[in-house]
Amino acid sequence: MGAAMKPTVARIDVEEFLFREADLLDEWRLPEWLELFTDDAHYYVPSTDVAPDASPDNNLFYIADDRFRLGERVARLMKRTAHAEYPRSKLRHLVSNVRLVSAAEGEIRAKASFVVFRAKDGVMDQYVGSYRYRLVASEAGLRIAEKRCNLDMDGLRPQGRISFIL
Amino acid sequence: MKPIMLVNRSSTTFKVSRRAFVDPAILRAEQSTIFDHSWLYLGHASELAKDGDFVVRNIAHRSILFTRDTKGKLHALFNTCAHRGAQVCREKKGNAKSFQCFYHGWVYGPDGTLRNQPGQECYAPDFNKDGSANLTPVARFEGYKDFWFICFDKNAPALSDYLGKTKEYLDIVHDQAETGLMVVGGTQEYAIRANWKLLTENSIDGFHAATTHATYFDYVKNMTGGLVKVALEGSATDLGNGHAVLEYRAPWGRPIAQWIPMWGEEGKRELDRIYHKLVARFGKERADRIALSNRNLFIFPNLIINDIMALTVRTYYPMAPDYMQVNAWALAPKEETDWSRKFRLSNFLEFLGPGGFATPDDVEALEQCQRGFQNMKEAGWNDISKGMSKAAQSYDDESQMRAFWTRWNEHVQTAGVE
Repeated sequence: MGAAMKPTVARIDVEEFLFREADLLDEWRLPEWLELFTDDAHYYVPSTDVAPDASPDNNLFYIADDRFRLGERVARLMKRTAHAEYPRSKLRHLVSNVRLVSAAEGEIRAKASFVVFRAKDGVMDQYVGSYRYRLVASEAGLRIAEKRCNLDMDGLRPQGRISFIL
Repeated sequence: MKPIMLVNRSSTTFKVSRRAFVDPAILRAEQSTIFDHSWLYLGHASELAKDGDFVVRNIAHRSILFTRDTKGKLHALFNTCAHRGAQVCREKKGNAKSFQCFYHGWVYGPDGTLRNQPGQECYAPDFNKDGSANLTPVARFEGYKDFWFICFDKNAPALSDYLGKTKEYLDIVHDQAETGLMVVGGTQEYAIRANWKLLTENSIDGFHAATTHATYFDYVKNMTGGLVKVALEGSATDLGNGHAVLEYRAPWGRPIAQWIPMWGEEGKRELDRIYHKLVARFGKERADRIALSNRNLFIFPNLIINDIMALTVRTYYPMAPDYMQVNAWALAPKEETDWSRKFRLSNFLEFLGPGGFATPDDVEALEQCQRGFQNMKEAGWNDISKGMSKAAQSYDDESQMRAFWTRWNEHVQTAGVE
């Protein structure tokens, strides 16, 4: 790889960033997690029968948040009236197979595999899939411009809900 | 036999035994008396837009192949090879000129007719003369305004008669599009660890919104410009045959066509255009009803068409007394603009589905009910009396649920459950 092509952000930096993100989610520190996002960020969870790159503008997703709605999602989940997560479930995000797809002009594209375990009321559910990130390098470090969670599942059975952050 | 329902007109109380949600014998009775005889929603004609398109759906523990043949005719076939019974089609959807069972290679047309089979010379010359080697068609298959239904009982009444008064509301849904409605790509497929009848109740329950969905209303208030200044109010109507509807005004945005400030000036122009077109097509009174009022329509036993902040179709089937599978789709006018489609789907997700701001709390409520039923031996009855003493039923009364339960009980009693 020539010097001009060398990314300024290494895979290990992205991996460290994603591990820190996973910690914040597992510890339900959602307002801090929200600070990882840019002001024009998006968070997507497509339904499981659409193409991996399908658009939420003409396909029914599970979640398609702009930054405003993502902020509202966090605000909701911090309330005890978010009944689906009160009392809160126990979460564990396992993030693996982190790869840099591209890094150019300050935008880094990365992907990773995930398994999220959710435990509540004696039931353990698993969510499996791949993350696709668009990250930007800012003075404060990496920021998420887009987080897309493509589920490798045949629908949400038996899980039934995505009532936390994947 | 112990009663499952207790209706006392003099004290205006209506109670349902919690046994109805947990007893495997009741589920068996439901399958034999309700699901084997009722009209069940199969799919929307728009899902099979082109000749040769097909979809496979699980309906009441059957695998059904829903096809459009080469002449454009729709079919509902059992997805089971006439030869040895393997599932002929193993894809969920697609386009095919024929279906070949991979086991021994029998080939069927999209109309279910056996086209050929390897070793044809070893069969009698008039093999399949009676059609018994074709894919078995579902006994009854009829559509209303692009909504297609099946029924396993060949003696069932015509679909049109079964739908009865619900057709008025299906027409209101259908009239939202000039060139027809379509199912938007993407299915929300999920499950709830609760009895299926709890979702019937919940889908037509105007009473729970303020408490269960407090965080949804917080969110709508926080949007730019907030809520539309209309109160949540309206009516509940028993439509006969176990069907029911809520019709009401609500303060959220509707893609057809109640504008909210969050949608900006571009959205205002777009919604004005949609509204004026409705007025031109139907006159002001009907246009206002289509555009400004919401409807939660329930078609017995398990079809919900909610015309609320978006248009959704939902079906659900029991797999066990305490477990159901749910499928939900988004409907939209074929001709709507990119702006409308985008904002319609965004509006859908703010409330509806497993990642919405509301449905997960419904799922939680239903699962908490199911957990509460473990005490049914000592705490044995659900109360569904709200509004029973009133002449006119508000959208947040419970007459629509009593309509469902009354019809349900008529069916289940014929099985003589002990």
